[in-house]
Amino acid sequence: MTGKVVLGIESSCDETGVGLVRVDNSGAVELLADEVASSVELHARYGGVVPEVASRAHLEAMVPTMHRALRTADLRLADVDAIAVTCGPGLAGALLVGVSAAKAYAAALDVPLYGVNHLAGHVAADTLEHGPLPKPCLALLVSGGHSQLLRVDELASKITEIGSTIDDAAGEAYDKVARLLDLPYPGGPPIDKAAREGDPRAIAFPRGMTGPRDAKFDFSFSGLKTAVARWVEARERSGEAVPVADVAASFQEAVADVLTAKAVRAAEELGIGTLVISGGVAANSRLSALAAERCAAAGIQLRVPRPRLCTDNGAMIAAVGAHLLLAGSAPSSLELSANPALPVHTISV
Amino acid sequence: MLVLALDTATPAVTAGVVTLDDEGPRLLAERVTVDAKAHGELLTPHLRDALAEAGAGMGDVDAIVCGVGPGPFTGLRAGMVTAAALADALEVPAYPVCSLDAIAADVPGEAPLLVVTDARRREVYWASYLAGNRVEGPRVQRPAELLAELGSVTRVAGGGVSLCEFPAAVEVVGTAQPSPVGLVRAAGSPVLEGAAPAPLTPLYLRRPDAVEPGARKRVSQA
Ligand SMILES: [Zn+2]
Repeated sequence: MTGKVVLGIESSCDETGVGLVRVDNSGAVELLADEVASSVELHARYGGVVPEVASRAHLEAMVPTMHRALRTADLRLADVDAIAVTCGPGLAGALLVGVSAAKAYAAALDVPLYGVNHLAGHVAADTLEHGPLPKPCLALLVSGGHSQLLRVDELASKITEIGSTIDDAAGEAYDKVARLLDLPYPGGPPIDKAAREGDPRAIAFPRGMTGPRDAKFDFSFSGLKTAVARWVEARERSGEAVPVADVAASFQEAVADVLTAKAVRAAEELGIGTLVISGGVAANSRLSALAAERCAAAGIQLRVPRPRLCTDNGAMIAAVGAHLLLAGSAPSSLELSANPALPVHTISV
Repeated sequence: MLVLALDTATPAVTAGVVTLDDEGPRLLAERVTVDAKAHGELLTPHLRDALAEAGAGMGDVDAIVCGVGPGPFTGLRAGMVTAAALADALEVPAYPVCSLDAIAADVPGEAPLLVVTDARRREVYWASYLAGNRVEGPRVQRPAELLAELGSVTRVAGGGVSLCEFPAAVEVVGTAQPSPVGLVRAAGSPVLEGAAPAPLTPLYLRRPDAVEPGARKRVSQA
């Protein structure tokens, strides 16, 4: 057996993730295990993630998820050479559980600890599926918690934010629109499903932040959400049935249109040939179809990890750790603490 | 045997190394910082430093004792997950202890005792003891309600004492937070016997603050 085994721990929101990867000197990062315990069902009745509920679930799930990951990889804790953990951004109480666990494991096993950035994890997820990233590349991260456009020069050391949402994350808008349409939480999958039966051109919903004076690469989904609400309420007032499929399709089209248009424009203006789309919303069928179409037209290579790697997981955090090891980065101190507002350019702490 | 004791149920980050034999627990080294925001940051370094001062390493640890609350701070979970992860990695048992019991275990004497800690939101956690045994609690209540219910209290301990207006005759004894020795003493004979530990379950005593959404709010003018 060659190479080093890196354990990754993720607890920034409602998924407790433990992943294991093996990295060899050539830079190849192999996925060994990726186990996730989700508390999403506990949050469904509240229509959004409840931090205290998520934190309690992380505490319960941490050690069992660790054991599942080790069993999947057929490894023992003694085989682990380094530990990486999400130390931000995310929910403070949730991050605290993962960071505390990682520190205890690192101290007990006497292995180096790397506190890493969750957003770098989403980018690194793609290396587990498609191999090393070209330098530079552009990453579009879309989920319930983030909507960001990043320039990635070096996964272990240089990531720059090109644009981000000025209000809601794309996934949040999905959750709110799902609620308007009496669809379940989380809103992404049911809206995607309903949209397949609808006409994306039925209703012309606004494209936020696309005016000539708006920041070119920033997003806004709050206005879109309000526009959908107004439209649905007007329908209800007039006593007509709400055409759920058409509203879902038209809303989804507006989201996918803005995200892909801005990402492709950024790639073109920055002269970057590869776009990675990751995060929970990356699994959205219209977003990936439109991105594929527009990237092909612009001659941009599109990389989207499989849905399982797009959502929050520990393997992506282990992958960041593997890149830090390869780059010879200094490990974190055992005084490491969670930073809910960790900026994206801080890849490791 | 060498026992690692930790507690994060109060504003204190408590870590200690205790040697335990038939004579009872004896402190070898401890690191305690009172800072409700520092549980996540300082607990593992405190454990490491206390072990070093005791001339021991992680591999020498035979058992872990962990305070499981009640505690109002999100830091309670920092201690509990630390204990669970250490026990997992070191392959040693981790024994849960009610943090109020650990405070009581530091107070000598058989007379009735009330232990009170700060539950925040103008409430306190409390438990009452007679001859070293818990007879009521742990519960969470407003101080006035607790006082009305208790009537004749003579001795009190714990960091929540200053939040209650006890009669002047009431004697304040013991410490504000659990000590490493108190934790090990409260864990009792199972530690020395190497008995299978109970599950590490936090004593939250409160349900999470969360409201189910009501009817949809309208965005348009009526
Ligand atoms: Zn994420």
